[in-house]
Amino acid sequence: MQMHSLSFDVSHTLAGSLVLISFMMLYQDRLYSLLNVFALHALVLALSVAWQAFVQNAPHLYVTAAIALIFKAIIIPVALHRIVKQLGIHRDIESAVGIGPTMLAGMGLVALSMVLMLRVTAEADPLAREDLAFALSVVLLGLLVMVTRRNAVSQVVGFMSLENGLILAATGAKGMPLVVEISVAFSILIAFIVIGIFLFRIRERFDTVDLQALERFRGEQP
Amino acid sequence: MNPGSFDAVTAVLVIPAATAALLAVLPGYRLTSRLNVLAAFLTFLAALSLLVVRPLPGLYLLVDDTNIVFIVLSTFVGFTTSAFSASYIAHELETGRLTPINLRFYHAMYQVLMFAMNLALVSNSVGLMWVAIELATLTTVLMVGIYRTHQALEAAWKYFILGSVGIALALFGTILVYMAARPVVGEGVDAMLWTVLIDHVAAFDPGMLNVAFVFLMLGYGTKVGLAPLHAWLPDAHAEGPTPISAVLSGLLLNVALYAVLRFKMLLAGNSGALAPGPLMITMGLSSLLLASFMLYRRRDIKRLFAYSSIEHMGIITFAFGLGGPLANFAGLLHMTMHSLAKSGIFFAVGHIAQVKDTQKIADIRGLTTGHPALGWGFLIAVVAIAGLPPFGIFMSEFLVATSTIAHQPWLALPLVIGLLVSFGALILRLQGMAFGAPSPQPHKPVSASLVPLWAHLSLVLLAGLHLPAALVQWFQSVARILG
Repeated sequence: MQMHSLSFDVSHTLAGSLVLISFMMLYQDRLYSLLNVFALHALVLALSVAWQAFVQNAPHLYVTAAIALIFKAIIIPVALHRIVKQLGIHRDIESAVGIGPTMLAGMGLVALSMVLMLRVTAEADPLAREDLAFALSVVLLGLLVMVTRRNAVSQVVGFMSLENGLILAATGAKGMPLVVEISVAFSILIAFIVIGIFLFRIRERFDTVDLQALERFRGEQP
Repeated sequence: MNPGSFDAVTAVLVIPAATAALLAVLPGYRLTSRLNVLAAFLTFLAALSLLVVRPLPGLYLLVDDTNIVFIVLSTFVGFTTSAFSASYIAHELETGRLTPINLRFYHAMYQVLMFAMNLALVSNSVGLMWVAIELATLTTVLMVGIYRTHQALEAAWKYFILGSVGIALALFGTILVYMAARPVVGEGVDAMLWTVLIDHVAAFDPGMLNVAFVFLMLGYGTKVGLAPLHAWLPDAHAEGPTPISAVLSGLLLNVALYAVLRFKMLLAGNSGALAPGPLMITMGLSSLLLASFMLYRRRDIKRLFAYSSIEHMGIITFAFGLGGPLANFAGLLHMTMHSLAKSGIFFAVGHIAQVKDTQKIADIRGLTTGHPALGWGFLIAVVAIAGLPPFGIFMSEFLVATSTIAHQPWLALPLVIGLLVSFGALILRLQGMAFGAPSPQPHKPVSASLVPLWAHLSLVLLAGLHLPAALVQWFQSVARILG
């Protein structure tokens, strides 16, 4: 097959490793290791986006790659490390569901997204369709991380990995406008919420970022 | 492009943006709250001028038959809410629930929210609309958490998590729409413009469009507050400042619905794509039924009306899902009426909560004797939202029900059950709050401005008695476009 050129292989490898790293997130039971894995996730995303920028000859995508590298692979993990340290929750084992069922569910989700996207996009070019299938897997695995974790920090990590999947999809869609704007908008969203946890809100008021503690304050209780 | 008319669209965006920057630096309650009202009023005037002179669609901004209804409604409710907010916030400052710094933040965020909603409505680009809705989500999250109580923070957190997942799914759908459009339209900005997409949609790959719509429906549906993705809505309404509850219910839900409708129009143009109707009907009906039964168990007055918003968004989504000129007409009318009546109710509820110093339904009694003007205003507003004649909501609900019976009679049964159950719940709660001996209350005079409430109620009443022919024609033309 002629289409399996070098550019195809490299972007395929990078997107595939994003899915694998998403899987690694599923079985991390310490917050520090979860943050390290997320930093790796963001790093691979940055490489993947930079490769797309090179292949598609789209220099503006380098901006998105730089955001992924500097903001998501360095600043956010470091900031979250400090939060975890200050709150003293680094020893917590905090997944709500066991690792076995979570991994099984993850495999199911990846299979689902492959079947769905490959069938639907039969006419699109092979690079785009497989990229999209991988991206949907990353999105769904991110959702799974959010669902299976109780703790606010790891929910944010889940959300960020979900967002990495979206950026992967957006850069894989050749020539899509507004990708840079969208990645900036997402970064602002995340920055706000990390600052929110960090500075005043959740830490000051709850002395814990465990969402079960938040649940106690449901307004409906008499 | 006519330069004079272009200014009106730009003004709808520039006025709130500039005012937000100004309000962020200006001190003092008196000045800033007036500036807030003035800016909202000017935005409304700019939106009205769009009715007269309509600019040609540009690369980024678009004003057409569909969104002009939303723009005018949104800026009008934005204006009246800012007037209500001025009197509401004065009391919050006196009681010390808000500090002057918070107030500055609140006013700036109010205008940013107006800017974001207007941008979402007038943007011609699918991507730009997404960015605007994300901005609107972010600002409302911050506003919901502004009191920094445990409950407010929990509500803001829940809203953030669910809202972000929603907009993330919507972005995935948006990317899929672009991927579907790219082979036909070509790469670049064109493949994300509504004006271009709608012309070429017939040639798109239907499979891609179907998957895209499912993601968009779930994503923006979260923001509309449709079951089963509604969990954020009651908390966010109950814990934030009441003007924000009014804007959330009256406007932000509509903006998200507008996004869904746009994509529905897109799908309607492609013969191979799935009919979006059944999905919308299912989500609409389940929201209606769930919310109507949940209404009985509410103890908090703002939560009660938040569930009522879910119920009404369910009815509206159901009507649009049903499709056809009559049901679409009913959906549009119901959306307009609900925006006006529900934000009116929140104006009243805001002052009631201040007068009684509580949001607990059990502690609010005898409003009509204790505070006649406020109490009767509240009573009339609830009667209107419950769907009694002669108000506009009666008419729109009646139209939804008749068009259901005409098209799919068996769907009318759950619809009517939902309507009756929620009607019963609202009237039951209303009786306790409006009549009987007034509950004891802290002796604190509240200077409530009831003008916004009466303005909204009289509009709802007028619409129920007689809809102007021009408005009917306008709604009918939009209903036809919606397919």
